Amino acid sequence: MLNFLINRLWQSIILMFIVTVITFFLINLAPGGPASLMRMDATAEERAALTERMGLDKPVMVRYGVWLSDAIQGDFGDSLTSGQPVVKRVTERLPNTIELTLYTLIFSIGVGVVLGVISAVKRNSASDYSINLFSAIGLSVPSFWLAIMLIYLFSVILQWLPSSGVGDGTEKWKYLLMPVLILSTTALPTIIRFTRSSMLEVVSQNYIRTARAKGAKEWVVIYWHALRNALIPVISVIGVLIPRLLGGAVITESVFGWPGMGRLIVEAAQGRDYNLVMGVTVIVTLIVIVTNFLVDIVYSKIDPRVKNF
Amino acid sequence: MSSTRVEEAGAVLPVPTIVKPKRRNVFSRIFQNKIAGVSLIFLVLAHLVVFLGPLFWTINPEKIDPANTLSSWTAAHPLGTDDLGRDVLSRMLHGGRITLLVGFSAMVVTVILGGLIGAFAGYFGKLAEAILMRITEAMMAIPGFFLALVALTVLGKSPVMVVLVIAFTSWMEIARVVYGETLKWKEQEFVVASIASGASSFRTLFGHVIPQVTPTIIVASTLGIAGAILTESAISYLGLGIQPPTATWGNMLQNAQQFIWTAPILGVLPGLAITFIVLAYNFLGDGLRDALDPRHIKKAK
Repeated sequence: MLNFLINRLWQSIILMFIVTVITFFLINLAPGGPASLMRMDATAEERAALTERMGLDKPVMVRYGVWLSDAIQGDFGDSLTSGQPVVKRVTERLPNTIELTLYTLIFSIGVGVVLGVISAVKRNSASDYSINLFSAIGLSVPSFWLAIMLIYLFSVILQWLPSSGVGDGTEKWKYLLMPVLILSTTALPTIIRFTRSSMLEVVSQNYIRTARAKGAKEWVVIYWHALRNALIPVISVIGVLIPRLLGGAVITESVFGWPGMGRLIVEAAQGRDYNLVMGVTVIVTLIVIVTNFLVDIVYSKIDPRVKNF
Repeated sequence: MSSTRVEEAGAVLPVPTIVKPKRRNVFSRIFQNKIAGVSLIFLVLAHLVVFLGPLFWTINPEKIDPANTLSSWTAAHPLGTDDLGRDVLSRMLHGGRITLLVGFSAMVVTVILGGLIGAFAGYFGKLAEAILMRITEAMMAIPGFFLALVALTVLGKSPVMVVLVIAFTSWMEIARVVYGETLKWKEQEFVVASIASGASSFRTLFGHVIPQVTPTIIVASTLGIAGAILTESAISYLGLGIQPPTATWGNMLQNAQQFIWTAPILGVLPGLAITFIVLAYNFLGDGLRDALDPRHIKKAK
């Protein structure tokens, strides 16, 4: 177990290192990178100030080294547009995204597992086909478009829900409902499909036949013997879903004016705020890698078969 | 593998006592799956309409008519006009062309990039494998749109860049699948025989290994078009995709939220078009997976 942990930790660190290399060099070597901020009409002082602030007079390898050693100490530089430290901008927004993603995950797992089990138990029935169609549509509809249609229905016509922003207190759920539903379209279909196939596999196992043979009631067989085992692989899906949810948050947060990390990266990209772009991308990826690491540990704890990696 | 040999021999020398496999070729197997068959027909029709339609409906999709904005459905403008008085039908047709072309080109680049990386990593192993697969995993850890936004910011927004950025942010899945398949096939006797008979690595890889992986690549490509179309539309919504006045189904939705109070209908058609095309490609991909799955063929016999 300890070996497995150390091994996984090393892999995560190497992965994180590669991510910083890819993002840093993509930003700094592309034609539209920080050097392009030097406009033709910039004065000598402006040029000097920018060169000074971005360290543009140094070779890119040196700049990367400086960035990396600062980043390891938790310093991602200052935002070029607001002048505040990147870390501060990120920590202001992060809780909102975590809240959105967490509710989405809870909703998707709750609903997805139920629908997946129904789909598997009533295989090839009308409900199986409808659930299948439902998840196919969920995977195919552009989420921002569905969001706009929901806003039209619930905010414009029925006027039940606010079209954007965050609320607090008892009004909070109204602001959360549509964003959570929309972000769920990236997670729900995957969980349904995964639960279904996992469940189908478990149901064909011998211990399920044994349970039936000893006379256990059908619902006990399904919900006690089968589901417990079918859910184990579903845990591993969470690791896959985290980066997708955070990516989907870019769209969802933009449509609903939700002040999270997704909005922040859009603002940073539009303002060509390279320090912020770099910081946000790396921090979000760090979250992905850490959660994947945790999911792996939980998985190996729950499933005795994967202990000896 | 031996099963392909048997099939080839069977085609040359039919043995009368053996019942003919019911599902003979991929096409008839696709139509065994009703949803995939319907999707294929729908896609063919949709492509015909979008690519041939502008020959018959010749209104310029970029022609602005300030006197006739947001008009309802009339004979002159069967689907009305948008906020600048441009003909919506014409924009749907021309926009569809661009959207489908972008989806297709992005898929081709994605498949080539992901396929080569996966195949090289799987076939050559050792250092190539270590480096390429670590890069693949690192790219997968960065949430998709974050990477796409970073890339579009520094690379610009031309159609070619949009295609390249979509490919750059979505090749990893194919790379992993092709990597796994290549690992599986390179241990087979016919590959070992090819190496033993002195064929170069490239010849063995491209002549013997890649053909075995082709079914997997075809399925991934079909699903890849669907993914690319969705990504293009989302990038356009954020204002970072192909820029107006050129119409795409994605950028026609760019202002949909803004006009939701005055002209909600403007946002409906492009969204529905994207949904149906993507849905059809997804169903076709699932159908192809079953149709090309060797296990499926055996079951039919």
